[in-house]
Amino acid sequence: MYAAIVFLPLLGFLIAGPFGWRIGARPSEIVTTSLLFVSALLSWIVFIQVALGTAPATVSLIGNWFTSGALQVDWSLRIDTLTAVMLVVVGTVSSLTHLYSIGYMRDDPSRPRFFAYLSLFTFTMLMLVTADNLVQMFFGWEGVGLMSYLLVGFWYEKPSANAAAIKAFVVNRVGDFGFALGIFLVFTLTNSVGFDQIFAAAPGLANKTVHVFGLDMDAMTITCLLLFMGAMGKSAQFLLHTWLPDAMEGPTPVSALIHAATMVTAGVFMVARLSPLFEQAPAALSFVTIIGATTAFFAATIALVQPDIKKVIAYSTCSQLGYMFAGLGVGGYSLGIFHLFTHGFFKALLFLSAGSVITAMHHDQDMRNMGGLWKKIPFTFAAMTIGTLAITAFPFTSGYYSKDAIIEANFASDRTGAFYGYLLTTAAAGLTSFYSWRLVFLTFFGAPRWATAGHGSGHDPAAHDHDANGHPRHAFDPHESPLSMLIPLGVLSVGALFAGVVFSHDFIGEDAGEFWKGALFLGPYKQLLEAREDIPTFAKELPTLLMVFGFLVAVLFYVLVPSIPAWLARIFRPVYEFLLNKWYFDELYDFIFVRPAFRLGRLFWKGGDGAIIDGLGPDGVAARVVDVTARAVRLESGYIYHYAFAMLFGLALAMTWYIAEGVR
Amino acid sequence: MFGFGILSCIVFLPLAGAGFILALRGNDEATLENARRAALSTTLIVFLLSLYAYARFDPSSSAFQFVEEKGWFGHGLVYKMGVDGISFPFVLLTTFLMPICILASWQSIQTRVKEYMVTFLVLETLMVGVFCALDLVLFYLFFEGALIPMFLIIGIWGHERRVYASFKFFLYTFAGSVLMLLAIMAMYGVARTTDITVLLHTHFPSSMQKWLWLAFLASLAVKTPMWPVHTWLPDAHVEAPTAGSVILAGVLLKFGGYGFIRFSLPMFPEASAYFAPLVFALSVIAIIYTSLVALVQDDMKKLIAYTSVAHMGLVTMGIFSMTPQGVQGAVFQMVSHGLVSAALFLCVGVLYDRLHTHEIAAYGGLVARMPIYAAVFMIFTLANLGLPGTSGFIGEFLTLLGTFRINSWVAFLATTGLIWSAAYALYLYRRIIFDVLDKPSLAAIRDFSWREATLFAPLVALTIFFGVYPAPVLEASAAAISTLIKGYDTALGETKTAALAFH
Repeated sequence: MYAAIVFLPLLGFLIAGPFGWRIGARPSEIVTTSLLFVSALLSWIVFIQVALGTAPATVSLIGNWFTSGALQVDWSLRIDTLTAVMLVVVGTVSSLTHLYSIGYMRDDPSRPRFFAYLSLFTFTMLMLVTADNLVQMFFGWEGVGLMSYLLVGFWYEKPSANAAAIKAFVVNRVGDFGFALGIFLVFTLTNSVGFDQIFAAAPGLANKTVHVFGLDMDAMTITCLLLFMGAMGKSAQFLLHTWLPDAMEGPTPVSALIHAATMVTAGVFMVARLSPLFEQAPAALSFVTIIGATTAFFAATIALVQPDIKKVIAYSTCSQLGYMFAGLGVGGYSLGIFHLFTHGFFKALLFLSAGSVITAMHHDQDMRNMGGLWKKIPFTFAAMTIGTLAITAFPFTSGYYSKDAIIEANFASDRTGAFYGYLLTTAAAGLTSFYSWRLVFLTFFGAPRWATAGHGSGHDPAAHDHDANGHPRHAFDPHESPLSMLIPLGVLSVGALFAGVVFSHDFIGEDAGEFWKGALFLGPYKQLLEAREDIPTFAKELPTLLMVFGFLVAVLFYVLVPSIPAWLARIFRPVYEFLLNKWYFDELYDFIFVRPAFRLGRLFWKGGDGAIIDGLGPDGVAARVVDVTARAVRLESGYIYHYAFAMLFGLALAMTWYIAEGVR
Repeated sequence: MFGFGILSCIVFLPLAGAGFILALRGNDEATLENARRAALSTTLIVFLLSLYAYARFDPSSSAFQFVEEKGWFGHGLVYKMGVDGISFPFVLLTTFLMPICILASWQSIQTRVKEYMVTFLVLETLMVGVFCALDLVLFYLFFEGALIPMFLIIGIWGHERRVYASFKFFLYTFAGSVLMLLAIMAMYGVARTTDITVLLHTHFPSSMQKWLWLAFLASLAVKTPMWPVHTWLPDAHVEAPTAGSVILAGVLLKFGGYGFIRFSLPMFPEASAYFAPLVFALSVIAIIYTSLVALVQDDMKKLIAYTSVAHMGLVTMGIFSMTPQGVQGAVFQMVSHGLVSAALFLCVGVLYDRLHTHEIAAYGGLVARMPIYAAVFMIFTLANLGLPGTSGFIGEFLTLLGTFRINSWVAFLATTGLIWSAAYALYLYRRIIFDVLDKPSLAAIRDFSWREATLFAPLVALTIFFGVYPAPVLEASAAAISTLIKGYDTALGETKTAALAFH
């Protein structure tokens, strides 16, 4: 059964991918979607058996991947509670997204390719969560990155989509660079990459130092920091977040599945899976808290002013992932995973609702062109409102249980960075409420701006098909989406409302130990739980108060007195610009990384290879023998290259010397 | 078999095929077709023979197998052939790529067809000979001899600047080799034999080892190629015909790495340890420098050629890490690179056959007209950037892991290759395959023909197969490499402790 869960989506890909063009779009859709539903159903059965029931955690070996010296890497499926939780999230959201896409992509000519990609993505994600060693995890990790690349760039005729796709992959690779080094270090320290072996070795490595990168460092701290770098890339945390908003170039179901509910949470999953390692590295955990809290706050500020409906939700995802890390960082691994679980439902719901809005708007994503839609698309409106209630942690919705638990744990914890975490996550709670309600009000309330606005920009190519199908671009009437899109909204709404109240006892309650059964490190969990109950009322209620406050401000700004935002933007122009331009990270990175890389490449090519190596080597020898004047010319124009040559030569010498003299 | 050993059959059968083609008279289309068919069947038979040898090959033994020995030129010099787990993968790689090369040249070569086929068959003999030779002089003959057909392939069937490129290729590779010949003579002076199996157990004085090591480096570094003697490679690739590039990238570049493993490590262990930092430095520079250069290329073949230099940097780094993972990773990386870069050059060749240009800017949006091509090219692009699940990952991962245990700084810098390779590979793919197809010259471009699809099918299959199950290569070389490393450690008189000792 475990193998079926993982490999059915692969089967779907193998049918719809190579043969989709032959069997046609509809059969491809049906095959992939039904296989996914079977996989999701089996996931729930596993969840009930392993997580809720008493079935033992198992590792089933599929085969050896590669062996070299002491290094042994296997293909295997590890099924424990943590995996079961991920299986449920991935299976549910993925199957619903498949179903939703049948409606959303109905006019796209490349549907077989789309469904094949979705299924292959699901397979790689499942390989990631069922991994029993770091290298298989890395396989899934890079695999989901690839699928994200292919799906972000799905509309390959759009230059912006292609650019976003490459950016997503390359920025992720920066994280993977750290992840890979982390794996190497783990192997160096423990002679293994298998989870059971490295977890067993972890306590013995606490407070040991290791000589790496020329320094003596705390072994576990540097290991966890390197691994966490991978998590930062995949989960779009502060400094490595820039790819996520751009990834919104992909079709909206992709954003819901990959860039909200599943792939971006892989970083959170990784830290939770490796909790026995992180638990031995308090300094690394503090770093996790600080990065998480910073991201939660920073992304929320950007979301305040974005005009694009998907960008708002993208930054909101970024911010919520920050919450999860803030939870993990104070040792609340189960809290982080619980938020991952509830977030999977309500964020997928928000994205898919946004997709429904976008469909109604004929693929216009600019909220400035929306307004007054609630009467036209009431079901979507209801779903979006439920999602918003959940993300703002409205009492008794799912977010209320998971998010406030993280904030409280940050207050209660005495770890370094926890109070910083509390402050920023609390402030972000207010901001979350404001931007989420802003989105609802701008989209569904006020005067309908679509009646007059021109719909010229920010279109998906699919919009052209609409036009071809006889919908005139102007003077259109927003319409509710087909049933295949509304059913997933309904199911996810149920999850967004009730996942918290139903499962909070199991995930983060008194008896969480019986639920997790050692799948992640629960250590001082009881103390944390008790401490959370003891914290002062104001600290407990502050996030909720801020949530209400954010809601009221949004009502004031976007319902009662709609002129305020424009007025504020005018008064605080620099602040507004700073936020609108996303703290100028893209410009900064372009300036310090991208352009220098290209410039350096050109210098090495023309200067290094062309003028120096060839000039002094084969061409130079020939020139000297044959034609003295040619040499004179080369000398004349070649001063800069002589310096450059000296530099290169010196570089090689210096590196050799450093390596030889024991910088290891 | 036929009175010869199986290795001699594999090595010299192509010569028989060449002789047959030379005997063909006339230049009409039917004769040329016969020449092509003869070349194809010869290479196929050779491949089947090598598969047969593989079936009889015992991977658990680290000794040389299928050994043949015959007297030659009196005392000292012998004709001696044999393979072990390190060389045999390369024999298979060579015989596997040859039929593909012949097929790839079926239509794109229309001038001097018979001579072309003969040249390729002679080249096959010499290349397989390099990996089978167990006598240093014999090795040197094959090693240098292989230059000549390659020189002709580039010089006769190449593109516009073919003469410049072929001379550059020849001068570079030949200049290095002269020093190697001197070293071989010096080694004969000490050991009184050029039998590799004896030399492997000969101890050379350590001061002499350094000179010998450097002389071998001069030759092997050019062949690999290592930075900064790599500049012949982009030019040679750009001017070479497609099949020439395939062989150059697929097989000739492996001579260098193979030589390091076969000679430098076991015969000059002390010098290898002494000079390892130099190799590390050059490797790391190669990885970063050539990756950045690859990023800004506007010629497809040049771009892929530069990425080859970067990948070979991983190989030399892995070899001189002297860890099981490093050396096995290097062997695997060479085999994988042989498949992947060969396939990438074939991909470029497919486009060249249609549009007669390697300029990236001439293409764009091909996926709209060539979906199958786009899918195949994507698979090799991913293998080129080392995605797990493709063969490119295993070698990269193992070499980096092996090196990390010895020197974490070197591994750190080399691991940045993960980022560079993603950038140059995807950027290339985007410019050729994605965006809108709006160039009039591309409006009628055709997808794969059946012949082309047959060409790529085995390469795609092997790239993915070795990605999820690399054991056939890793297991074949495991025993030989573990013996190699044991011998190296004893020679240094110490059991290596990981440099990253922690306390």
